[in-house]
Amino acid sequence: MNPNGPRPHIFIAWVENKPGVLNRVASLFRRRNYNIHSLNVGTTQDPRVSRMTIVVDIEDEKAHLIEANLYKLVNVLDVQDVTDRPAVVRELALIKVKAPPGQRTEIINLAAVYRANIVDVSPETVTVEITGAPEKVDSLIDLLRPAGLVEVVRTGHVAMTRGMAAGHRHLPGANGHRPTV
Amino acid sequence: MKMSGARLLWEALIREGVEVVFGYPGGAIMPVYDAMLDYPVKHVLTRHEQAAGHAADGYARALRHRRKVGVAMATSGPGATNLTTAIATARMDSSPVVFITGQVSASLLGSDAFQETDITGITLPITKHNYLVTRAEDIPRVVREAFHIARTGRPGPVVIDLCKNAQIEEAEWSWPERVDLPGYHPPEKADPQDLERAARLIAEAERPVILAGQGVLMSGAMEELRQLAEKLQAPVAMTLLGLGVLPASHPLSLGMMGMHGEYYTNMAIQHADLLIALGMRFDDRVTGKLETYAPHAKVIHVEIDPAEIHKNVRADVALLGDLKAVLQDLIPLVEPKQPEDWWDQIESWKADTRRRDILYRNQPGPLRAAQAIHDLWKATAGQEVIIATGVGQHQMWTAQYYKLEQPYRLITSGGLGTMGFGLPAGIGAWFAHPEKEVWVIEGDGGFQMTQAELATAVQEGANVKVVIVNNNYLGMVRQWQELFYEKRYSAVLMHNPDFVQLAKAYGIPAMRVTERGQIPQAVAFAREHPGPVVLEFVVEQEEHVFPMVPSGVSLHEMIRRPAGEVVSR
Ligand SMILES: Cc1ncc(C[n+]2csc(CCOP(=O)(O)OP(=O)(O)O)c2C)c(N)n1
Ligand SMILES: [Mg+2]
Repeated sequence: MNPNGPRPHIFIAWVENKPGVLNRVASLFRRRNYNIHSLNVGTTQDPRVSRMTIVVDIEDEKAHLIEANLYKLVNVLDVQDVTDRPAVVRELALIKVKAPPGQRTEIINLAAVYRANIVDVSPETVTVEITGAPEKVDSLIDLLRPAGLVEVVRTGHVAMTRGMAAGHRHLPGANGHRPTV
Repeated sequence: MKMSGARLLWEALIREGVEVVFGYPGGAIMPVYDAMLDYPVKHVLTRHEQAAGHAADGYARALRHRRKVGVAMATSGPGATNLTTAIATARMDSSPVVFITGQVSASLLGSDAFQETDITGITLPITKHNYLVTRAEDIPRVVREAFHIARTGRPGPVVIDLCKNAQIEEAEWSWPERVDLPGYHPPEKADPQDLERAARLIAEAERPVILAGQGVLMSGAMEELRQLAEKLQAPVAMTLLGLGVLPASHPLSLGMMGMHGEYYTNMAIQHADLLIALGMRFDDRVTGKLETYAPHAKVIHVEIDPAEIHKNVRADVALLGDLKAVLQDLIPLVEPKQPEDWWDQIESWKADTRRRDILYRNQPGPLRAAQAIHDLWKATAGQEVIIATGVGQHQMWTAQYYKLEQPYRLITSGGLGTMGFGLPAGIGAWFAHPEKEVWVIEGDGGFQMTQAELATAVQEGANVKVVIVNNNYLGMVRQWQELFYEKRYSAVLMHNPDFVQLAKAYGIPAMRVTERGQIPQAVAFAREHPGPVVLEFVVEQEEHVFPMVPSGVSLHEMIRRPAGEVVSR
């Protein structure tokens, strides 16, 4: 792989919980013609603050510029590129597979190995719910593929850095800009 | 006290120190125009909303040292979309302008109601920030925030889109003591360690060059720039928007850098071992081909916008903060320098440049635009004059030959390169400085894009002297076609109206200039008549702006002026 080529970068953005903010964030990527892999928005412990996890294929040097431009948005409180930092990254997927009575046990056993849950069963199908690192979700989907995937939905990444040190530095001070060099 | 949203708006604008508003009314903003009659503000009715936007921009640029914010106003739909070119112009040149647009009532949003356009959506990528206001009670806070965002940090345009119901409904007046923007913190002072590192790079440098941009003007750091340059005896090259930060006659000044910068200026940059970039953003028009830009130089980048660091040119040290404060901290850390060999080298490049300068060549024949602008400068220099330009050859000749001795005197669209900017921006600048004389230097093409503003100038008695540099061509495009498209002229020839007659139809005194000798007389004519005057300079049609670094070419590989014999001035 080209060391300077694009690779998936994971950004966490803390944003004000207001209308239009998602559009402002998405617009940064759109105008640069970057394709967003996944973008997850949810609430936090503070009702005024939403949290986004954004995964984009991008060169490392461009990632710095994206981070700085995200930070520049008035409604963005803080940003982190956690790609190379110790972080817990998780994804949830619902996988509906064909499961005629004869194949059902095999699928259920497979799900158990992955600590996935069976959340729905019909005469023709079984729906598996898995939560885990994105690679783990990938691999379960690959294993279930031969059985016949009917429908798959993934939430996209959510990420949190490990330990106390990192995370949303609340209200940066008067000179609280992010160091860029 | 309860009052309508429209009154809340004017109360808030007055609180922000607004004295002049440029605009154009229509259905969705009528409550605001009605309430305006009860407030002590001057409204200037332009002939197109784009011009209102440029005028507010010109006004703000002429008052950059006072951090004044320009205000432009328009109705919803076509009024708002007509503003977009002006918004994008202000955005690219970091100009603090608040644009206020009418919008349909909140209950109709998204229904394709009459004259509804999603102007917050449209302007999202061309504003620093924007607001859609659906309730009267939010208006004072939004105005307060909008002005704060427009004028602080790296300035820029902010749009406030006001739903009609919010203009009509009543709410209590309340003015927030302070702005509460938890995600907005422009940097102020550079990190002390970074300052030390910068001082070390400066101590090691033998061939430093200072690159001064508009940030110096916005921060009001002209004195600090001069101190730093003199202490280091470092040459100072300026961006188009930075012209005037150091007097053109200052011995350390190298004038404008980049695509149409002088040979010695660009050579100095290419041979420098240190670039000290102050409030500039390494636009492609100043760097030429990036891979070969200043190949020997370390870079110190002083910027208020962190997103500019490493964007085009990698910085060895980035100093984030307000330029004036950063320079005040940096200057005591640096030792004086005397780079004599460096200056010998620069002087030899300068001598070689001088030989080719068309000013020193006294050719008979038609009027040459560069000489005309030089003569215009001679006739107006040292006086209280502001220059506003269009975009194209005449703009570059103005940058090269109108030698600015003072800051805040040149108003020109750099980043967006908006033709037709000159006249409306000049009118706006006159409202900023009604005691001064504004000279608008426009091309025949660009002038016709906003010529209707002659009527605005007449109606307001604006003291704008409009020079139309008439080469009967979209000259800059013609130049590129001649140089890079084998002279295949495509859609550049202009059959123009009789500009003198045109001006007279507006009741404006006008004069045609066809020979160099007439220029002092034309300037005198312009001054005899208070208010707007039009001077048409009929110039040589197929001239080149040289030197020129073709786009995508290295900065030192410029097309130079032909070397000719020096006759006389
Ligand atoms: C609104 C707009 N349209 C097109 C252009 C592209 N353009 C750049 S310079 C130029 C020619 C300008 O002609 P004129 O105003 O006569 O000035 P000149 O170059 O002849 O001095 C054109 C068309 C532009 N900069 N702005
Ligand atoms: Mg022309």
